[in-house]
Amino acid sequence: MSDKESWGSRVGLILAMAGNAVGLGNFLRFPVQAIQNGGGAFIIPYLVCFLLMGLPLLFVEWSTGRYGGKNGHHSTPFILDSMDKRKFWKYIGVFGIFTNIAVASYYCYLESWTLSWVWHSIKGTFAGQSQEQVQLFFGQYVSLDTLEPIVFWIICLALNTWILSKGLSGGVEKAAKIGMPLLLVFGAFLAYKAVTLKAGENGAIFDGTMGLNFLWDPIFVDGKGNYTLLSPKIWLAAAGQVFFTLSLGMGSIHCYASYIKKKDDIALNAMSAGWMNGFVEIVLGSAILIPISVGYLGIDKVIEATKNGGLGLGFQTLPYLFEQWGRPLAIVAGIAWFGLLFFAGVTSSLAMGTPMMGFLQDEFSWSRKNSALAFGAIVFLLGLPTVVFFNYGVFDEYDYWAGTVSLVVFALFEIILFAWIFGMDKGWKEITAGADIQVPSIFKFIIKYITPLLLAYVFFMSLPGIWDQITNASLNNEIGLAEGSHKEFLLTKRLFVNISRTGLLAVWGLIAYMVYYAYKKRIKEGRFTS
Amino acid sequence: MTNTALVTMLVTETIVIGITAYFFYRVLTTKPKAEPDSFSENDDEIR
Repeated sequence: MSDKESWGSRVGLILAMAGNAVGLGNFLRFPVQAIQNGGGAFIIPYLVCFLLMGLPLLFVEWSTGRYGGKNGHHSTPFILDSMDKRKFWKYIGVFGIFTNIAVASYYCYLESWTLSWVWHSIKGTFAGQSQEQVQLFFGQYVSLDTLEPIVFWIICLALNTWILSKGLSGGVEKAAKIGMPLLLVFGAFLAYKAVTLKAGENGAIFDGTMGLNFLWDPIFVDGKGNYTLLSPKIWLAAAGQVFFTLSLGMGSIHCYASYIKKKDDIALNAMSAGWMNGFVEIVLGSAILIPISVGYLGIDKVIEATKNGGLGLGFQTLPYLFEQWGRPLAIVAGIAWFGLLFFAGVTSSLAMGTPMMGFLQDEFSWSRKNSALAFGAIVFLLGLPTVVFFNYGVFDEYDYWAGTVSLVVFALFEIILFAWIFGMDKGWKEITAGADIQVPSIFKFIIKYITPLLLAYVFFMSLPGIWDQITNASLNNEIGLAEGSHKEFLLTKRLFVNISRTGLLAVWGLIAYMVYYAYKKRIKEGRFTS
Repeated sequence: MTNTALVTMLVTETIVIGITAYFFYRVLTTKPKAEPDSFSENDDEIR
């Protein structure tokens, strides 16, 4: 990904950006967040956060990326560096490489499950199995009872590396042009099946619409008589969901946008990609997992099954439920569901590869192929602990620090840089330059005041949780209550959690050192810095 | 489905589908900018 790279077409760019945003969370996280946070009432804080935080940050990241690209920067360290004289911004930009590598390290493993589940759906592994047997299969899979998970993971990594080595238009864009339409077709098919599910047919005990009702019925007053919309928990959940779903605060949007020329539009492109993600999440994401699960299991069991998120329902329950539809429909549904999740995943993980590749090509003149191979190798090494020690909480630890905290920290810094240091007047010119739509001027006010305040609120409200995570508060409580072999297991888990946390910190430090080295190299070569 | 759930779903989905479709329509009907632009597929020579 260097100056020689370019996007093939505008639609391809939008599909790649939308593919970057659309991920497994659209189908597994959003519906669960909705049912846990007021059902249909959740959509109000969700859309408010989308308008006040999501869209403004999309404008900021697209325009920041395009601004950096003008000076030949394709990764956040030197994009941010070019926006202010102070030297430390390039180290804030380290987050824009670190987050992508660290998230890709566990995300590719998750992505490989979807490939494996497609294979097992075709092979008929789940045929005739009880729900408990499907759950057991998942447990054995992540416990590495066979080498199969490693094989699928390596296939997945190799596929990502190969597509990245083909470049932006030849690889990433082509994958998005194939993956996104297929995702929409698979999603539409499953949503139709879910919504038309009838009680008494194929073993369903309720209509699929009962699940839709459960998700969309707005609960404005909870069981304790509290107004749900006044609860900070719901607003934080909505802000978090908007953040994750749009892939904000990662650095991948900056990288994709850095290949757009100044006279070309970013405002309409950003809106198209952002709303396309919203369509997939709200329309398709709400119409599959919960309606099918409620149709077969009922509301109480679904509430119980989603206490720890949507992964359990997605990988341990749906394969069993699809089998109730009989063959060959179960095979088609399995391919559609896990294929949809795979395309959602791969278009996101490809975006995670580009910032690091851009950095290696810009700063060290690496070839596209070598930088893709370097990304694959690093993700393999960093991801190996999440695969081997999955049951010891390494996967969740990566997800917490890289997939949650890093995003908010980076976004908070970038909005301050953009709106207050680079300056809102200059920033507004960047957003509107070449725009094919009239950007409402209210966004100038929102970007300068509302979005930073909202982000600061999210960050400060997250601090107690971050402190609990640092001190292993929840794990220590569990250890205090446990006995015997379970206590031994938890003590080992704490050790792995601490090691993985230290490892992530070391990776951040290593990237920061590479940025420092690149900066010195730039000075020596007389190249542009800030 | 209850009326409130149905109305919440239909209103939300209509808004989201409408806005998404509008922006895509704008993308597809906006005339491309003069060369050199950011996209290689419409170039005379392949870069």
